[in-house]
Amino acid sequence: MSSIKEFFASRLGIISVGLFIGVFASLLQYWGNPGNMGICVACFERDIAGAVGLHRAAVVQYLRPEILGFVLGALISAYAFKEFRPRAGSAPIVRFILGMIAMIGALVFLGCPWRAVLRLAGGDGNAIFGLLGLAAGIGIGALFFKAGYNLGRNQKEYPSVGWLFPLVILGLLGLRLIYPQIPGQDKDGILFYSLKGPGAMHAALIISLGVGLAVGVVAQRSRFCTMGAFRDLYLFRQIHLLSGLIALLVAAFVTNLILNQFHPGFMGQPVAHTMELWNFMGMVVAGLAFALAGGCPGRQLFMAGEGDGDAGVFVLGMIIGAGVAHNFGLASSPKGVGPHGIAAVIICMIVLLFIGFTMRQ
Amino acid sequence: MSEQVDARGLSCPQPVLMTMEKLKTLNQGELVVLVDTDTSRENVSRAAASLGWQVKEVQPDGDEYRITLQKG
Repeated sequence: MSSIKEFFASRLGIISVGLFIGVFASLLQYWGNPGNMGICVACFERDIAGAVGLHRAAVVQYLRPEILGFVLGALISAYAFKEFRPRAGSAPIVRFILGMIAMIGALVFLGCPWRAVLRLAGGDGNAIFGLLGLAAGIGIGALFFKAGYNLGRNQKEYPSVGWLFPLVILGLLGLRLIYPQIPGQDKDGILFYSLKGPGAMHAALIISLGVGLAVGVVAQRSRFCTMGAFRDLYLFRQIHLLSGLIALLVAAFVTNLILNQFHPGFMGQPVAHTMELWNFMGMVVAGLAFALAGGCPGRQLFMAGEGDGDAGVFVLGMIIGAGVAHNFGLASSPKGVGPHGIAAVIICMIVLLFIGFTMRQ
Repeated sequence: MSEQVDARGLSCPQPVLMTMEKLKTLNQGELVVLVDTDTSRENVSRAAASLGWQVKEVQPDGDEYRITLQKG
């Protein structure tokens, strides 16, 4: 066990994990997931919010098994390697709000950091503005950390505290099994489904869940984090996590070439818009929110699987944020930003600066 | 008695920030860092190595780790 531990903590380990995620994200697109969206934590949590009726955007309703797999894979890995640490209590309300804001920013861009990289790997030039925004947002976050920003210590908790979020995820998996999609119908029992749009595009349940579980295991082991990739570069001049992210990009790009999924350009890219400034600003907001919360949306799922209740609160914030984003017209569409998307970016930025400036030692 | 950094209960990147700050002021000698996750243990060890410090000992203590760093 200890040699496996050492491997995943090594440079080769994190690069292997990046390659694994890149190949399988691209394959998930080949197997049915939407274009350049083999894995998108923000989009998939938004689809889950739609599946349980927290918003009623008809084209993005699907209880994505990948997300469930991420949490359960991390849970299995944490137990197998004796790393399950029930903990909570580090400014949970702040983490909830940061989750909401991260989701709103990501939906202005149309993707989380994982998808920003996958969009680039698929030839979507608009992703460049998103990635620049992400790098800038995390850069602002690094400045706050240097100035003493800190959400405070968590507390050791009862094992049941660490289990609550994974139990919610198991409950969702139960719902997905009890209420599978009935062909041609947009609802089964209490779950909503999409008949068209990205929500109607998905790999088979067993494939999505299987890949999700595998990613959950290897990402928990390696601490893979798309936000930490930039943050550690700024704060510590370390490229450990960044090498994993670059490996993901390269692997997805090569797999896309092989599968004929690489289509370079700006116009007509799948689930994307061409408003450069708002692609950039959406990800500034998301990047800063992820930085202030200490992890990208994927990492928050893996930490929630390890028993971190605060990470679970962040994820719940993201899911509620998705509901708000679609109900209030904040989310973008391929036509461009939503009717209130620009106002949302400005308000979210003010809230983030308030948090960054006031929560410090 | 060696210097000590208590990073228990703090999440990334706080334990590394605190450790690096201390290592830079000490320059050499011995520093004990207390952490309570494996992620922090790995990150602190990696950061110390990048500044030329050696991880002398990692002592598990229940759910926590006591990392002893040394230089010179």
